[in-house]
Amino acid sequence: MAQPKVRLKEYFEKNDSWPKIIAIYLFLLLCCFITVYPISFIFTVSLRPGNQLFSTSLKLIPDNATFKNYVDAFTKYPMARWMMNSLFVSTITAVFAVIISVNAGYAFSRYRFFGRKFGMTMLLVTQMFPAPMLLLPVYLMLARFKLTGSYIGLILWYVSTSIPFNIWLMKGYFDTIPRSLEESAFIDGASIVRTYWSIILPLAKPGIALCALFAFMGAWSEFIVARILITSKNMLTLPVGLIALQGSFSTEWGIYSAAALVTAIPVTVLFITLSKYLVGGLTMGSVKG
Amino acid sequence: MQYKRKGKSFELARPRWYVPVLFLLPAIAILLAMVAFPLYYEVNISFRQVSLYNLRSGVYPWIGLENYKDMFQDPMFYSTLVRTIVWTFVNVVAHVTGGFFLALLLNRKLPGKAIIRVLLILPWAVPQYIAAIAMRNLFNETYGPVNLVLKALFGEGAMIMWLSKPSNAFIAAIITNIWLGIPFMMMTCLGGLQSIPQELYEAADIDGAGWWQKTRNVILPLMKPVLTPAIVLGTIWTFNMVNVIYILTYGSTHEAAQILVSMIYKRAFEFFRYGYAAAMSVVVFVLLISFSSVFIRAQKLED
Repeated sequence: MAQPKVRLKEYFEKNDSWPKIIAIYLFLLLCCFITVYPISFIFTVSLRPGNQLFSTSLKLIPDNATFKNYVDAFTKYPMARWMMNSLFVSTITAVFAVIISVNAGYAFSRYRFFGRKFGMTMLLVTQMFPAPMLLLPVYLMLARFKLTGSYIGLILWYVSTSIPFNIWLMKGYFDTIPRSLEESAFIDGASIVRTYWSIILPLAKPGIALCALFAFMGAWSEFIVARILITSKNMLTLPVGLIALQGSFSTEWGIYSAAALVTAIPVTVLFITLSKYLVGGLTMGSVKG
Repeated sequence: MQYKRKGKSFELARPRWYVPVLFLLPAIAILLAMVAFPLYYEVNISFRQVSLYNLRSGVYPWIGLENYKDMFQDPMFYSTLVRTIVWTFVNVVAHVTGGFFLALLLNRKLPGKAIIRVLLILPWAVPQYIAAIAMRNLFNETYGPVNLVLKALFGEGAMIMWLSKPSNAFIAAIITNIWLGIPFMMMTCLGGLQSIPQELYEAADIDGAGWWQKTRNVILPLMKPVLTPAIVLGTIWTFNMVNVIYILTYGSTHEAAQILVSMIYKRAFEFFRYGYAAAMSVVVFVLLISFSSVFIRAQKLED
């Protein structure tokens, strides 16, 4: 009897007693419940038929569950349109944010130039302005260039807000790639561009993916600025549309929930797929200064 | 030919001056246009009278410190400042302790921890406004699960008017934000913990260190390079968190549940007092910059 028990114990820390292991699992399960439940509640509400929206039942799958809310989200409201708008804005944002922050991160990681430390500090400082602080001047500026009500202004805003953090992230990532790789490429006669493009960038793929994800998610979920810059009904982005839906039609709770779930699932899946890189990626920059 | 090659091999050690500049140029350009210039402009209009009436005209009369005077004479400013500090402090302490503790658990040998980790980062993975609205729905006064559970456990009297009473809405916002922010700290701490070499734990074990001693004397000092920037960033992000407050107090005039940033947003884009809002944002900016530099310096001094 003692034999399998000993072997089972190899899967845990060696000094842990069984009650302790059980307590840890119970605690973690409780935490998982707390993180998952609010989101599963959106799912529950999205399946409720119209006449039971305001039900006090706490079942995960409601009685008479229906997908009608999902259909309604796309037929009664311009959900598809909002999605296309957001997809467009977020993709362009991600592309530009990646190009800009990967290059800048590389320079910060590899070169020693005048103002390098200052530049890194300034990037941190950009995080300290409250977003509404820059919104008004940017709004006035865009108005002067007749760019309000167009996506150009919105994309510029998203790119500029996402790059400081992403530059830090990329700098940290590049720091983990040994310099000797580039040095040997130079000795073999490769140019800077060639080395960067065919040796360093392929190695930095996980970092680049994270960077694209953060930029995309930022634009995909932002509504405070989009609300101010985009006013034309046709051009609303997904979050602005959804929040209007949730705010003004409290009876449309089910439709809102269905729409929210459809919005959340793609980015959530992406995020979780890339999350294994998060553990290293987020801290590297800070550890190495 | 020979010389050229030699030059190239030293490219990385002694690059031509324009190489880093070329890599940085796009970032510099967009940050100057979208951050540095607007910042200068904002500080400038904080000394001017800008409201809806003269916004389009582009002529803003200089009124000196009038906006600042208005602000410092407004009792609302002080109560909001105190609320913002409470908000930031409670949130960051909860994020760091919660995240650190969970990271400690996840850093053990534990079958199934990969799945647990995925479930635990869910609040971070879901778009923030959707997560915040989900929490708002939980706090719904008649149909939200929080009140339903309270009612089932303690009867009708225990139901709380979460969203209609400002002080409760503020508490609901804090709970929501704690829930949202723990995953980031957890992942950051986990990264830090994994970079601590296993031998150090073993050495501590051999020396007979208890759990608390190990955490206090081995783990925490080694985690400092990770924790210090994470705490600074976390504080700044929390201080400037508009979304959660905005969503949790949406649709009601909850002046008594606002923090400074959401007040700035309202002053500027709902009351159209642009100059006043600009003065407030300058104050927030100065507060955050002084906090960050003091905090970072204090951490460095300890070493």
